[in-house]
Amino acid sequence: MDLFLEGLKITIIASLIALICSFILGTLIAVMRIAPFKLLNWVGTAYVEFIRNIPVLVIVFFTFLVGNFGGMTAGTIGLTIYTAAFIAEAIRAGILSVPKGQMEAARSTGLTYGQAMRMVILPQAIKIVIPPLGNQFINLVKNSSLLAVVAGGDLMYQGDLISAMTYATFDTYILVGLFYLIITIPLSLGVAFLEKRLARSN
Amino acid sequence: MDFLAPFIEVYTTDHLRFLLEGFWVTLKVAAISIVLSFIFGGIVGTLRYAKIPVVSQLLAVIVETIRNLPLLLIIFFTYFALPEIGIEMEITAAAIAALTVFESAMISEIIRSGLNSIEKGQIEAGRASGLNYIQTLRYIIMPQALRRMVPPLVSQFISLLKDTSLAVVIALPDVLHNGQIIYAQKGSYVVPVLVIVSFMYFIVNYALSMIARRLELKQI
Repeated sequence: MDLFLEGLKITIIASLIALICSFILGTLIAVMRIAPFKLLNWVGTAYVEFIRNIPVLVIVFFTFLVGNFGGMTAGTIGLTIYTAAFIAEAIRAGILSVPKGQMEAARSTGLTYGQAMRMVILPQAIKIVIPPLGNQFINLVKNSSLLAVVAGGDLMYQGDLISAMTYATFDTYILVGLFYLIITIPLSLGVAFLEKRLARSN
Repeated sequence: MDFLAPFIEVYTTDHLRFLLEGFWVTLKVAAISIVLSFIFGGIVGTLRYAKIPVVSQLLAVIVETIRNLPLLLIIFFTYFALPEIGIEMEITAAAIAALTVFESAMISEIIRSGLNSIEKGQIEAGRASGLNYIQTLRYIIMPQALRRMVPPLVSQFISLLKDTSLAVVIALPDVLHNGQIIYAQKGSYVVPVLVIVSFMYFIVNYALSMIARRLELKQI
């Protein structure tokens, strides 16, 4: 049981760190795709299109085998790279949903592009971005099971160890599944609730 | 240009053929799972939409449980745990079964919300014109809903193709597995192999997402 709790802790920590980092990276990429510089647009678009279309496992293998990290760090970095592409798309959609006049008004009051983005556009965009962000977090928790493949010490990994030691594979995996559901089901309900509220407020 | 050397060393005809053989397995497993999960997902989604008492609630619990579990767990479970209760499958069958179970749950949600997006008035109009419930679903609701479902369905298929890579954990001889065999020979092979594997996935998935985008534009 201690092993399970240890795994649960690592699953949650890895997911949280990956969420925060991919939120920062994703916001940067989203702004790059929208900023009035052709080169930045191109880099942002290339990142999103490439990463979204390859398996996260390939990315995790890459960070694990190429970087000089332990399984948990490599897995978390891999998850961050992957999830950032999806979060970037969600944030871009959020920014584009803010009427253009807002940017023009902000610029005409003397703010620079960066200031207008940070203080006027992004705070408004965030409202629309929260439900898809919640979905990405659920995906992150589920995808963090890939840490098991690179010996990341997460819930799935501990489950594998326990089933190899006890030969009670069936029971162990059921228990691992229940642990995941304890995290993901409340998150899913939360996201559904937010989506409904947002739909009503519009 | 030293860093290019391992690339030139790895990309031999034999290695490329080996990787393409693996990618062919990936595509086959993905295609079979797509067809199966479209069928099962369609049935489950429609049954939930029809709100048949007990059946709908039961399916809702099953779908939500599966959707909230990691696919990796389902793959491990299918291959390692099911034999304990007497269900044994070979690797390819286990991979297809696990993918189908997981993606059917995802697709059933797409089908259900697509059906729900058609106004209820359409059913009433269909029924009023003398069609029975099944006929109304088939001739009036389905054709309209299907058109709206195409973009999310295609992106789910892209996910499925990517998810197929998870079957390396049960040693399905797919492209990633064959890649692992190649880079096990030499440390410097890792980057070139993973790069070309990524590009194989990218080309197919990007083409699919282009098609989805075109279809989306056509509707508006």
